[in-house]
Amino acid sequence: MIALHNVWKTYNTDGAPVHALRGVSLNVAEGEYVAVMGPSGSGKSTLLAAIGAMNPPDQGQVLVDGIDVYGLNVERQADFRHEYLGFVFQQLQLLPYLTALENVLLGLVIARLTRAEKISRAREVLREVGLAGKENRLPYQLSGGEQGRVAVARAIVNQPPLVLADEPTGNLDRATGTQVLELLRELNATGHTVLMVTHDAEAAEYANRIVTIRDGQISDGHSDGAALREHGRSSSHEKAEEV
Amino acid sequence: MILLVLGLAVGVATVVALMAVTRTMRQAIADRLDQYGANILIVPRSSDLSLSYGGITVASASYDVGEMTLEDIKSITTIREARNISVIAPKLLGAVELGGRRVLMAGVLFLDEIRLKQWWDVDGEYPAAPDEVLLGARLAEVLSIQPGDALELQGQTLHVIGVLEENGSQDDGILFADLALAQGLLGKPERISLVEVAALCTECPIEMIVEQISEALPQARVTALRQAVTLRMETVEHLTDFALGISLVVSAIGALVVLMTMLGAVSERRQEIGLFRALGFRQAHIKRVVLGEALAVSLAGGVVGWMAGMATAIALRPSLADVTTPVVWDPWLALGAIGGTLLVGLGGSLYPAMRAARLDPSTALRSL
Repeated sequence: MIALHNVWKTYNTDGAPVHALRGVSLNVAEGEYVAVMGPSGSGKSTLLAAIGAMNPPDQGQVLVDGIDVYGLNVERQADFRHEYLGFVFQQLQLLPYLTALENVLLGLVIARLTRAEKISRAREVLREVGLAGKENRLPYQLSGGEQGRVAVARAIVNQPPLVLADEPTGNLDRATGTQVLELLRELNATGHTVLMVTHDAEAAEYANRIVTIRDGQISDGHSDGAALREHGRSSSHEKAEEV
Repeated sequence: MILLVLGLAVGVATVVALMAVTRTMRQAIADRLDQYGANILIVPRSSDLSLSYGGITVASASYDVGEMTLEDIKSITTIREARNISVIAPKLLGAVELGGRRVLMAGVLFLDEIRLKQWWDVDGEYPAAPDEVLLGARLAEVLSIQPGDALELQGQTLHVIGVLEENGSQDDGILFADLALAQGLLGKPERISLVEVAALCTECPIEMIVEQISEALPQARVTALRQAVTLRMETVEHLTDFALGISLVVSAIGALVVLMTMLGAVSERRQEIGLFRALGFRQAHIKRVVLGEALAVSLAGGVVGWMAGMATAIALRPSLADVTTPVVWDPWLALGAIGGTLLVGLGGSLYPAMRAARLDPSTALRSL
C-alpha cells in the first residue's frame, strides 16, 4: 500500500539545515495497522505529510497504491488525498460552528454525489461510529470521545483505503484517546490500512506493527504491537508473581 | 465578517445616499431651472428691427411687422416632441399712449405667462377678467398708479388689479393686458408678435425641438437660448460628476478594506484551509470558498447599504434638496449599488483567495 524509498527531507531553519528525514525506506502492506513511534522532532510528522502528498521530499520516492505521489501535479495531489486518504488530526480539528453531520460532510463536499447521497452517507458513517441521533449537535455539545468519533467519521466518510492519524491522542484525555484508538483499530478490522504517528508507547500498542523513528531515520526495523502488548502483559504477570 | 458587512454597508450607504440626494437635487434643480422661463423664442422671420424683451435680445425681430397668428401656436403643439414642451406663451407687443407717455403694452395669456414667470411677485392679484391689467413696478411708479386704480386707454376703462414687484427685468416698464384685449386695442386681431416656449429641456433634445418648430412655422425664426440651456445642463452635470467622483473614492477605499479584511481572515483561518486541503480540496475549491464568502458578504453589504443609503437620502432630503421634490427611486441605482458592491467585494478578495489557494498544505498541516 505504502512504499517509501530512500526519502530525504531537510528544512533550513535560520540558515541551519535540519534533516527531518534521512534516507527513510518503509513498506506498509494493505490492511496493516502501523504505528510510527518517536520523540518530538524525530521526523514522524514530516513522514506523515510526505505520505499525505503535502510535503514533497528533497529526494526519494513515495508510492501509495503504486501511485508516485509527487509525480502528480498540485491539483491531482488534492484529488489523490480525496480519493485515497483520510486524516485524523491531533486536536481532532472539528469546525466549531458546524454540526457533527456538517463536519462529516466536509469530507464529501467535493465528492461527485448528490446532496441527498452525501447526507445519507454521512449519517450512515455517524451511525457506524455510534453517534446516531447526535448528528445535529455542535462539537461543544458532544463529549471528548464523541468529538473523536466525529473526527474519525470525517476521515472515513469518503471510504479511503488509507487512514493517516497524526498523534490522534496527543491532546485528548485518556478516555477519549482510548476511544479514538479503539475506533482506528475497528477501522483496520474493516479493511482500512492505518498509519498512525505517535510518541505514546501505549497508543502504539494498538497497532499491528510498530516502527520507531529517531533523528529522521527508521532506527529499529519492525516490532509487533500485539507481541509488545503480550510482552507487557507477561512482564507484568511475572512481576506480580515475583511479588 | 459581520464587521466587513457593516463596513461595506456604510460605504454603499454613503454612495447611495450621495447619488440619491444628487439625483433628487438634480431633479429639483432641473425642475426649477425649467421653470425659470423660456428657453425657445419664436419671432417672425421677416422682421428687421431689433427687439429686446425680458433682458434677451433677439436679432431681426419686430413687433410692428410680420406678426404671427394664434393659429401658429396650434402648429407648435403638433410637433413630435410636443410632450417635452411645458409652456407656450404668445405675446402681442405694441406701443400705446398712457398718461401722456408712450408705453409698451404686452398682450398675454395670463395663465401661461404666470406659469412661465414663476419668479413674478405681485402686489395685488393676477388679472382674471378681460378688463383687468397688470403693471410693471417702474411703470406704476411713473404713472403713480396703485393696485385697484382704473386706467383710461383709447376710451376703454381698465382696472389695475396688480402691480409687479420690481425684478430688474424689462417687465418693470410694461403694461400687461389680456391678449384678446391688447389685440383689440392695437387693432391686430388674432395677431401675435412672438412666442416664448419653455421646454423641459434637462434631458430633452432642445435642438430637435427647435428644428421641429421651425418646420412647423417656416415663416418664423426659432431660436434656442443656448446659453441658458448649456448652463442648466452644466450645473446638473457638475453635481453628477461630483457624486461619481466621491463614489469612486469610496469604492477604492471599500476595495482596500475588503482586501485587508480578507487577507486577515485567510491568515486567521490557515488551519481551516489546511484542513480543507488535507480533505482533498483543490486550489480552485479554496478560491471558490473564499470568493463565495466574499460574494455573500458583499451581497449583504450591498443590500443593507442600499437600504440605509435610501433611508439617509430621505432623511437628508429636506436639508439638501427641495422639500417638495421626492427622492428618486431608481432601480438602476439599486442594481448599480449592489452590483458595484459585488465587484468591489470580489475584486478585493481575488488576491486573498489566490493566497489561500497557494497556502502550502504541509505548513497548514503543521499548524493543525
